[in-house]
Amino acid sequence: MWRHYSSLLATTHLVIDVSLYPLFAQRTRENKPVALVTVIDGPNIGAMMLIAPGMDAQGTLGDSELDRVVARDTIGEIEAGCTSVRHYGPNGQITPEDLLDTPTVRVFIDAFSPPPVMWIFGAVDFTAALARVAKVLGYYVVVCDAREVFATRRRFPMADEVLVSWPAPLLASRGSDLGPRDAVCILTHDPKFDVPAIQGSLATQVGYIGVMGSRKTHAKRLERLAEVGVHEAKDLDRLLSPIGLDIGARTPEETAISICSEIIARRTGRHAPSLRDSSGPIHP
Amino acid sequence: MRDLLNDIDRWKSEGKRIALARVVDIEGSGPRDPGAAMAVNQDGEVVGSVSGGCVEGAVVAEALGMLNGDNQPRLVTFGYSDDEAFAVGLTCGGIIHLFLQPLTW
Repeated sequence: MWRHYSSLLATTHLVIDVSLYPLFAQRTRENKPVALVTVIDGPNIGAMMLIAPGMDAQGTLGDSELDRVVARDTIGEIEAGCTSVRHYGPNGQITPEDLLDTPTVRVFIDAFSPPPVMWIFGAVDFTAALARVAKVLGYYVVVCDAREVFATRRRFPMADEVLVSWPAPLLASRGSDLGPRDAVCILTHDPKFDVPAIQGSLATQVGYIGVMGSRKTHAKRLERLAEVGVHEAKDLDRLLSPIGLDIGARTPEETAISICSEIIARRTGRHAPSLRDSSGPIHP
Repeated sequence: MRDLLNDIDRWKSEGKRIALARVVDIEGSGPRDPGAAMAVNQDGEVVGSVSGGCVEGAVVAEALGMLNGDNQPRLVTFGYSDDEAFAVGLTCGGIIHLFLQPLTW
């Protein structure tokens, strides 16, 4: 193993007069977007700023124009959920010509976005296993079922929220929060719940919609969806149904892994065999 | 970093000096992405990780050296040849760039 140090350029140390860590810790715990910006090479190495949407930047990298340009770029990185290293001139120069005769300031933008969200419709056995695996992957997990006896905190202590509700009102009130990183898993097996949950989910920007059920159930469900006007290929293509990858999962835990694997593969654009794209029995 | 907060808070409340190491860049295949973080206190207690376990020991030594020395933030780069990777049980052969700094902010 080898190692080397960056040349420790002559550094004038900035005194950071604002305490960044408490604010950083608070926003992170509240799942609010925030970024820590640190000079990792060049003048003022170690200088830091804390950037968050809708608030003034805290701290300084040592030059007001540099601060302004970096803060602007960082907001973009937060929105994209990206962590990156960027290069600037000491006064915020960014064009190659402007950077020719200046020392380079390398800035590490460490962006923290809120965790992705998974909504699980249906408080069934598979739900607890799926919620557990989703928590391991860092999801904020919401379990929703209209049946009060099933949708209890005691059955789903691992979930962040357990809601007694029909799918439609929840999707109407909070569906706009869902984005490409998020997932909806519909495990109800019951057309009364499935159909409105699918309809409502299709109206959102959610990146993954998986629906549980046998191939027979899926075929029947397609008929019911057509009855309520859901028949266009662009909509049906969004449904991963039957839900999960074709890994021969049988137990709730294995099924949870199969579902979460499919979510990862869809997000990364990898071709893992989905049950939807094969035929034959789901269980080995 | 989120996972480190509880321990860092506790160390801060105990008045411990803390070093923070964060992955800022990787070349080739690295086990952890940029943003992966590890904190070390003056007593050598550690939370978090910056690799699959291959460079953590060296990072702790660096961190303690910094806390007990010049306290200067710095970039530290770790890499390994395939042979050395094999020697420490690794197969990845990447290069990890870490930024090491005292957590005084």
